[in-house]
Amino acid sequence: MRSKLTLKAITLIFFLMPFTVLAGGDAPKTDKKAEIKAYIQHHLQDSYDFSLFSYTTEDGEHKYIGAPLPVILWDEGLKIFASSKFHHGETLAEIDGNYYKLYHNKIYKTDAEGTINYDEHNHPTNTKPLDFSITKSVVMIMITALLMFFLFRGLGRSYGENNGLAKGVGRFFEPIVLYIRDDIAIPNIGEKKYMRYMPFLLTVFFFIWFLNIFGLTPLGVNVTGNIAVTFALALLTFLITNFTGTKDYWKHIFDPLGDSMPWYGKILLYIILIPIEVLGIFIKPFSLLIRLYANMQAGHIVLMSLIGLMFLFKSWLGSPLSFGLAFAISLIEILVALLQAYIFTMLSALYFGFASEEHEHHDEAHAH
Amino acid sequence: MEKLLEEFSLGLFVWQTLLFVGLLLLLKKYAWGPILSAVNEREEGIKNALSAANDAKKEMENLQADNQKLLKEARAEREAMLKEARELKTKMIDDAKEEAKEEAGKLVAQAQAAIETEKKAAIADLKAQVADLSISIAEKVLGEELSNKGKQEKLVESMLDDASLN
Repeated sequence: MRSKLTLKAITLIFFLMPFTVLAGGDAPKTDKKAEIKAYIQHHLQDSYDFSLFSYTTEDGEHKYIGAPLPVILWDEGLKIFASSKFHHGETLAEIDGNYYKLYHNKIYKTDAEGTINYDEHNHPTNTKPLDFSITKSVVMIMITALLMFFLFRGLGRSYGENNGLAKGVGRFFEPIVLYIRDDIAIPNIGEKKYMRYMPFLLTVFFFIWFLNIFGLTPLGVNVTGNIAVTFALALLTFLITNFTGTKDYWKHIFDPLGDSMPWYGKILLYIILIPIEVLGIFIKPFSLLIRLYANMQAGHIVLMSLIGLMFLFKSWLGSPLSFGLAFAISLIEILVALLQAYIFTMLSALYFGFASEEHEHHDEAHAH
Repeated sequence: MEKLLEEFSLGLFVWQTLLFVGLLLLLKKYAWGPILSAVNEREEGIKNALSAANDAKKEMENLQADNQKLLKEARAEREAMLKEARELKTKMIDDAKEEAKEEAGKLVAQAQAAIETEKKAAIADLKAQVADLSISIAEKVLGEELSNKGKQEKLVESMLDDASLN
């Protein structure tokens, strides 16, 4: 296991090296710094094409190795075209007489010259068409979804074929499934109701974990470090929590003190307490989305910066040092990838536990 | 916050939600359901097997206890039988001894009675012989006395002395 992780980390570093090597060239040091910074910025964002790496030819032309992806726009009708039409932002895409420009990784509608108008804050004022493009992140999500589907359907099938025992790679994943059931779902939600939440908890755990790990591979696609993705995940936790909330859950929010105090005493406290409780409903999933986003984003920034440092130092001491640091951070990131998936799942289970909680005395009251 | 909002991409959000919910539903049907039920079934099976083994163990213990009991009973029975036999033996011996003694006593008594009769007969016989002898002696003496008067008297006297011994 350990040697495999090390191997992964080493391949990661070797694969990421060409990005920065080729980005540099013989430019002065400050230029290189800016370039590395821009490169990291670019890497963290989603992209309209799946480029594996890029380099500059001797004539100063940027070459990209990779595949274009479909761009899907809704602008008075559905418009679908390949992202290669943008030439990585260098040219305008002309579709049905409309011109679209890729500017700072966003698609704007422009005139035939591709003019971008700015407001006083230097933000573009051009209209942005509704954009449902299959971006690099969407492709990675699809790949992960397919991988998970075949992996776990295979595990599910292997039980029937192998006398109730997992087979092959399922042997590795089955204990994790059991761990989520026995140490995350049951302790937080309870023996009675955990089965309702298991599909979500399992899916979200493996989805985040796999995407985190994909982010660490040489492909380096930062999907879980994207706010839209974490928002979508946290939104589901939020919806499930509140739609499965029991009477006790809502009572706890709107009447947290219960019968411990007469009503005239509670009114004054509730002016403060109820808004806090209501805010809590939203803060809980919000913390989930920010935590996952920030952790993955930060991991990628630190790792890429350290790799970038190697090419800034260019000395026999500095480069190996930053190599060592980058190596150590890679190992930590592999741990973080698992940890963040665990935390997201754990906290979701905790919130579901709050929502599905039924107090003991209620059960007794029903029994009578 | 502004940067976050700017980074937020509606398209990606929509795709992520659609794909994730689709994946969730597919996995629920084709993966998590079968996996969890298979695992539950297996655990149930293990639990049942364990309890069955426990039951069997208990039954085994019961059987062993029964065996022990039976063995004990058999031993006690043997002991009792042996004891009875021993008692019977001594009793028989005693009885035999008693009988033998009785028989012996009877025999002795019979023998004594026979001896008594014999003795009586012998005495009677002796008396008769003495009478005969006396007569023959008397004949002889009478025969001699007739020849010698003194001698005759002497003889009668000594004879009578002798005869009084009887």
